[in-house]
Amino acid sequence: MRIPILKLYDYLLISIQVELDDQTALRFQEDLLNKIHQEGSSGVVIDLTSVEVIDSFIAKVLGDVIAMSNLLGAKVVLTGIQPAVAITLVDMGVKLKGVPTALDLEQGLEKLQQELER
Amino acid sequence: MSVQSCVEVNSEWGIVAARQEGRSLAKDIGFGNVDQARITTAISELARNIYLYANQGKVCMEVVELFDKHKLKRGIKVVAADQGPGITDVRQVMEDGFTTSGGLGAGLPGVKRLMDEFSIDSKENEGTTITVVKWLR
Repeated sequence: MRIPILKLYDYLLISIQVELDDQTALRFQEDLLNKIHQEGSSGVVIDLTSVEVIDSFIAKVLGDVIAMSNLLGAKVVLTGIQPAVAITLVDMGVKLKGVPTALDLEQGLEKLQQELER
Repeated sequence: MSVQSCVEVNSEWGIVAARQEGRSLAKDIGFGNVDQARITTAISELARNIYLYANQGKVCMEVVELFDKHKLKRGIKVVAADQGPGITDVRQVMEDGFTTSGGLGAGLPGVKRLMDEFSIDSKENEGTTITVVKWLR
């Protein structure tokens, strides 16, 4: 399974609509980095509206992909984290430190613009 | 009532299968959204530990009932068992941030916080059984 990565001007948009298994998550990591490199993207929005479970492994992969994207010069904003997922992550003690987040895609794009202007 | 379902974990797909099974059972019993996420995430961690450290094992879940203060409590019990190498230092794996797999180290202490009851039984070279329960409120 592959997660589609859409291009919008200088940005990349990803909406994760599938149940994330480990392989899919790791392939996504690689695909996204290649795409950033290929397109010279400056910003990425990853929308997690449809994601119902983020366990510590998936959280690690997400955290890594954000750090790796930053190394390539692209800012990443996470959007659409469900309340139940946020509660679970904090219960688990998983902190996505310093990761910009927004409620939905629209606010995510605004946030990205702010991040890039800083 | 005793409905037990087990999922064999011997690949990454087993992790997904176990958590799907867990979510559907939690939903059936009447757990809300947030507890469904907690239970599903806990199962995911337990199943991943099996796959990561023991290669194979199984995750079984069942509905449990208990009379507590003249009221019938219902809940979900999850048993994750493997015949892997076992855990040498249980106290150490229950510390936040401890990891031997390069993960976040949030696994077992995280599971404990997500669930209401947690017990671990591990013998070196024999295997590990972790039992967790979440009660309906």
